[in-house]
Amino acid sequence: MYLIYIICGLGIVSLLAEIFNFKKALLPIIMLGLLAAIGVAAVGENTGLAFSGMVLFDRFSVVYSTMIVAIAFCWFWMAYSYFHNRPYLTDQSALVLFSIVGAVILTAFANMAMLFLGIEILSIALYALSGSKKNNLFSTESSFKYFLMGSFATGFLLMGIALVYGATGSFELMSIQTASTNGAQPLPSFFYVGVLLILVGISFKVSVVPFHFWAPDVYEGAPTPITAFMSTIVKMAAFAALIRLFTVCFAATSITWLVVFYVMCVLTLLVSSVSAVYQSNVKRMLAYSSVGHAGYILIAIVSGGNVGGLVSYYLAGYAVASLIAFAVIHQIEESGRTVFLSDFQGLFRKSPWLAVSMTIALLSLAGIPPLAGFFGKYLLLTQAIGNGHLALALVAIFTSLIGVYYYFKVIIAMYSAVGSDQNIMISTSQKALLFILVTLVVVLGVFPDWFTFL
Amino acid sequence: MLTIFLIAWPLIAAIIIAVVKQHARTLALAASLIELVASIVMVTSFIPDASIQFSVDLTWIASAGIRFYIGVDGISLLLVLLTTVLMPLIILASFTATQIKNPSAFYSLILVMQMALVGVFVALDGFLFYIFWEMALIPIYFICLLWGGDDRARITLKFFIYTLAGSLLMLIAMVYLYFHTPGMHRFDIQSLYEAGRALPVGEQSILFWAFFIAFAIKMPVFPFHTWQPDTYQVAPTTGTVLLSAIMLKMGIYGVIRWLMPMVPLGVQEWGITAMVLSVVGVVYASAIALVQNNNKRLIAYSSIAHVGLISAGLFTMSAIGWQGAMIQMLSHGLTVFGLFYVIEIIHQRKATHTMSELGGIRSVAPQLSTVFLIILLGSIALPFTSGFVGEFLLINSLVQYQIVMGAVAGLTTILGAVYMLRAFQKMMLGETKLAANEFQDLSLREKSVLYPVVVLVILLGIYPAPLLALSEAAVNNLLFTINDYLTLPK
Repeated sequence: MYLIYIICGLGIVSLLAEIFNFKKALLPIIMLGLLAAIGVAAVGENTGLAFSGMVLFDRFSVVYSTMIVAIAFCWFWMAYSYFHNRPYLTDQSALVLFSIVGAVILTAFANMAMLFLGIEILSIALYALSGSKKNNLFSTESSFKYFLMGSFATGFLLMGIALVYGATGSFELMSIQTASTNGAQPLPSFFYVGVLLILVGISFKVSVVPFHFWAPDVYEGAPTPITAFMSTIVKMAAFAALIRLFTVCFAATSITWLVVFYVMCVLTLLVSSVSAVYQSNVKRMLAYSSVGHAGYILIAIVSGGNVGGLVSYYLAGYAVASLIAFAVIHQIEESGRTVFLSDFQGLFRKSPWLAVSMTIALLSLAGIPPLAGFFGKYLLLTQAIGNGHLALALVAIFTSLIGVYYYFKVIIAMYSAVGSDQNIMISTSQKALLFILVTLVVVLGVFPDWFTFL
Repeated sequence: MLTIFLIAWPLIAAIIIAVVKQHARTLALAASLIELVASIVMVTSFIPDASIQFSVDLTWIASAGIRFYIGVDGISLLLVLLTTVLMPLIILASFTATQIKNPSAFYSLILVMQMALVGVFVALDGFLFYIFWEMALIPIYFICLLWGGDDRARITLKFFIYTLAGSLLMLIAMVYLYFHTPGMHRFDIQSLYEAGRALPVGEQSILFWAFFIAFAIKMPVFPFHTWQPDTYQVAPTTGTVLLSAIMLKMGIYGVIRWLMPMVPLGVQEWGITAMVLSVVGVVYASAIALVQNNNKRLIAYSSIAHVGLISAGLFTMSAIGWQGAMIQMLSHGLTVFGLFYVIEIIHQRKATHTMSELGGIRSVAPQLSTVFLIILLGSIALPFTSGFVGEFLLINSLVQYQIVMGAVAGLTTILGAVYMLRAFQKMMLGETKLAANEFQDLSLREKSVLYPVVVLVILLGIYPAPLLALSEAAVNNLLFTINDYLTLPK
């Protein structure tokens, strides 16, 4: 609860920075504030219901919100130069901070109204941010697409919430859960329609096939730091919401949605990996890979068990690795290059730091031991096999082999002898960030037990 | 603790070299020599019985039943010894290679590779074994990708995905067994053995294939060998040697340690098929080797033939076959390293791998030629060389198992002699195509690599008993438990 206050406060502070003219000190203030927020989030365990029962801070939301704030801290570190070199610093950082508030709410909502609010706070800020390169056509396209698709998704979501309300007479998750587990009164059939509509709405947000079409275009067009934000924090928040909804609230009605998730999971794994193979733009490739990882996470949801804990570990590994990848892409763009596969050629000679960090990030995303991505995938596979979904595990294995192929295309390019020898200079602070993140990927992978809180 | 040191030391050394950047080669050589000393200490204090010694069992990932459980018995020890003996030689051999770019990265990767290899041979936890197994793949991939020859990107990626696919099959099989361990699921080798043996024939057969394909790709056994000749050819010689002399033993070791005792009924059911595949591979690879004009590919194919024989011998499930496999693994490691290194030396002098462009080297470089001949004879199993002991035992076991199988597999000695001696004749004898001044004989550094190999090849051929004694108890014990299980009424 205090977490929400702190981050909102930071957002307001950054709006004031323009008026009171302390723009130079703003980013350090935000980062210190976020550090404090991590502390508050981590110790604020089980504060229970807050805001008149609208928000529930249980262990689940504490773990997810701490993760989100920690990634947000690293994100600001990564985007430091992005903010530094451009105008509208205060507006943009305020938007990002409010968006983080939305993400935190999504981990902790106890009421359908808060789910809607969380998604909207998160998304509206991002619609503006993804179009923030105003004179770039792709950025505008990205913003527009994201906005249109997002509105559709929200429409589905609201419709679903309305139907569920009609069937159960409540917005509160707990009441809905009781109503759906209570076998005495059969639920009206439109309750199930409502559940499916909510599923569609959330699927847009986590971008799983067939609701993923916006992702590649939006990821490619948006400024790279914003893309990084979308593929890490937004994804974590949306999955937190999805897990809370479907494994807690709608758990009793799993017959309705389990098959849908199963089909979407298989489709997501196959479509994303096959599409990723054909991308020449690395940012676009990462967009498809991020869709693919959503597919892996769906395996956990389909197989059941300790979904929250498993997905939190997987998301942590995924988020850190993608943050590295986007940080590297960001640095390459800052040096005035594009990010096609050909621009990665010879990166190892231009900047060993970037190349080695990128290699480790991609190896982790591809699921090579002993990195975080491997153990995450391993946990998912054991979960799937243990619960009798051997077929799903085999599909996942097959797609992760395809994954190796397209991730390694980038790796091979980076170490090729072709390409100019012009060095890319990166600042010490970015080196430090990359070092910390890479260490985190390794430590997460080697000592996964240190990171299981759920 | 010694086992932990053997794993941790190369990794520490690799990090030091990556950070220090200066004097990478010397540091790497020193590190590998320290590792060798540590392994010799281990051999001297090893008691040659069937027990697992120097074991360390630490909690690692408690929530998933995974432990950091390592230890050595006679079988592991011989392979650890092979790794630690060859590594300084491999590093020393790489010194002469023309200007390795970015040496600190190169030698760090080699040492990381050594860590993973030792790890594979000492791991006694299924998950840990898998981790080391995969970790061995990463450095060798980058060694081939960064310092390899033409068209390396495509070929090395094929190699990587091919072996990864096999490993993932193994991972699924491991996880399947893990779920069949009684009580709180565990990954330690004893629990996995019990879990595997408790399964009915059908499931054991499926698991057999999952494991066997993973190991067969690594060795490689026909028809899973298609990645091998290209990769050996395109890899830098150091990489080729790491792959052929040490890394393929991971596959053979996997069969001995993980496949056979885990799913004996599966082996009983399908072992004969695997044996036939291995023997077909022997003949097939020898036939191709006969018509090779590229000397690196020739040795690559000869390696497939040799490994096929080892694999066939393993599936006889007899003590002779297994002991033969043990000694042949050492011998093959030594000879294949020696052969590839001689070819590398010739390549440095003459910049060609095509045998028809060579000839008459003996007249200008008699020492090189003699050393080559001895190692080559070791490879084709002339009596009093290391290859003889191994091949004799292996063919013996096959003949005892079934006479036809033994006879076909025995072709390897004849065909091997034909293609190897033909290679010797083409490269070393005949009219010289070189002027004496453009082709120097062995330098001091080259001698210091090749002479130990020659000495070991001959020593192992004359007096292999001490090494055989190291693994004998462990081999007998493992076979005893398997046969004991097989004769039990089901």
